[in-house]
Amino acid sequence: MSTDQTMANGSTMIGPYEQTAAAKAAYDARWERILACVRLEQPQRMPVGFHSFFYPAKHGGITYKELMHDYEKAKKACFDVVMEFEPDGVYPLLMGTGQGLALEKLDFKQLQWPGHGVGDMQPYQYLDREYMSADEYDDFLFDPTGFYIQKYLPRVAGAFEGFDKLPSFPGLHYFRLVNGIRSFALPEVRASFDKIVAAAEEVNTFFGHHTDWVQKINAAGYPLFNGVNAVSPYDFIADYFRGATGMMKDLYRHKDKLKLVLDKAAVFLTKMTITNAKMSGNPIVFIPIHWAPDAFMSPKQFEEFWWPPFRKMLMGLIEADLIPMPMWESDCTKRLEVIKDIPAGKCIYWFERTDMVKAFEVLGDRVALRGNLSPSMLTTGTPADVDAAVKHLVDNVWNKGGNLILDGAFGIPDETPTPNVRAMFDAARKYAGG
Amino acid sequence: MSDMTPQEQQLVEWLADMNEDDALALSNKMLLEEGADPLRVLELCRTAMDIVGKRFEEGEYFLPELVLAGEMLDTIGKVAKPLIKSAPGEEVKKLGKVLIGTVHGDLHDIGKNIVTFMLDINGFEVKDIGIDVPVKTFIKEINAYQPDVVGLSGFLTLAFDSMKETINAFEAEGMRDKFKIMIGGGQIDETVRGYTGADAFGVNAVEAVHLCKNWMGVAA
Repeated sequence: MSTDQTMANGSTMIGPYEQTAAAKAAYDARWERILACVRLEQPQRMPVGFHSFFYPAKHGGITYKELMHDYEKAKKACFDVVMEFEPDGVYPLLMGTGQGLALEKLDFKQLQWPGHGVGDMQPYQYLDREYMSADEYDDFLFDPTGFYIQKYLPRVAGAFEGFDKLPSFPGLHYFRLVNGIRSFALPEVRASFDKIVAAAEEVNTFFGHHTDWVQKINAAGYPLFNGVNAVSPYDFIADYFRGATGMMKDLYRHKDKLKLVLDKAAVFLTKMTITNAKMSGNPIVFIPIHWAPDAFMSPKQFEEFWWPPFRKMLMGLIEADLIPMPMWESDCTKRLEVIKDIPAGKCIYWFERTDMVKAFEVLGDRVALRGNLSPSMLTTGTPADVDAAVKHLVDNVWNKGGNLILDGAFGIPDETPTPNVRAMFDAARKYAGG
Repeated sequence: MSDMTPQEQQLVEWLADMNEDDALALSNKMLLEEGADPLRVLELCRTAMDIVGKRFEEGEYFLPELVLAGEMLDTIGKVAKPLIKSAPGEEVKKLGKVLIGTVHGDLHDIGKNIVTFMLDINGFEVKDIGIDVPVKTFIKEINAYQPDVVGLSGFLTLAFDSMKETINAFEAEGMRDKFKIMIGGGQIDETVRGYTGADAFGVNAVEAVHLCKNWMGVAA
């Protein structure tokens, strides 16, 4: 996206696509609406975000499997949906659903996806398992990279299976270093490298299509809402290492080691996120939050385990001039006073089932808000229900000065009837259109 | 339960307070060294779980405590159950039969597993038929098991339609009135309950226990 060239007629090229002066003005106005909300300066009209996983497939008449495996069909479906609803910011839609071929080449084991464990019209689903046992905390703490190479990667992706034969690198030196590389010649290690290179080539191809789609929507006047995703330290360990129940037991059985791991993860996750966000050129970082809900742990546990490493991460991202956008899943009403402890005008807090009016009361002077039309209403209700729900948010949040970015509770659910999506965008313009 | 000795009280207290190491050491000592009645030890476990359930409802305990309590009971059960010398009439009468499963298209099971465990330790006979359960399997299992309550679990929004389809199939089979239906999962609310035609929904495992107890006419 750095190939901009201004042409004589005032239009610009973004990659291979021409951006007219009108499209550029629309792009700038949309992006500015989002940034104004972040600065806690209410823009003229309420911005509307677009986030979804498999709704574009439904909207475009293709299967979920095609959305995940057919780059051209996926780009068209994800482009058409943006053109129809004209949102102010768009989730990098292909990043959420376009990696089917790469997943297959990597033999990725943490997901089941259409054509690979679930049906052609079913979304991918994460497999909650223990990918690191409780007695491996010390290994992880001592040498996370070594743990990744020899233990974690072979467990989560078949392409890495030969890596369990690789040497432990710390300690290699002099002739020990020379002799220590023998295992690279093993057939299973060579096979692993071949598979990884093939998967990496597929990821490169995917990235090319992702970039192409981004340039096309940008040229048409639509900014990406966020460049990259990130994860909180607690969720990173709970979801991807210890598994849900393992992590819950660790709060009692391994609390000290868990805290050390969370502190360490906060450092490398922050570094990684800053690097990736800077590369993307977009300051907003989407952070889906899984384990913060009120029901998942006590206020004391939340303040002891969950919040401190995440706050450290938020502050690191803010200091790097990024805009964290945590998406607080489920109901986090009891967390509001705690998560308020960040500088004003630096974040977007997206709430799923937390009452937005209550969130506005507690956090309105601290963060921009995003959300949160109920998934059950969007999927099973009528356009009139959607209209009323948007009006409720406008009356009780936007019209009271809230810097609200309208969206579904977790974007547009896959099964949403298109008239309900239309109703969401229409109602935003009707009631808060400036 | 009947009066407890100081030692029994200690076991209940350690279990209810999540003091796993001490509780397991004491239960092992009672069962393996002192020859305590295994049925009595399991009864003490249920008493402790009543306290855990109350603390959950009062907002003192949350999911981690339910999970750890489940683990402690499982560990004690593995020691105690082989020691039970079965005698007629000694088996605890169950409050009712619950059949539970995650509806088709959905692979999530954490919530379902916690509900299953909570129903079990609260005196229900529970049959868990797993995840991604086709409608036909539900019908076959219901016919064989004859439950009082059927629990449909689902985390994804696709589960709304799967639940509706499953319940419609119960109607078509003429079995809808033979049991109560409860639904649960991350996105489930009153709108979804109405949409699917279920009798009730619950937002957590303790609510599931309450629903079942109410339906079975047992004081919650």
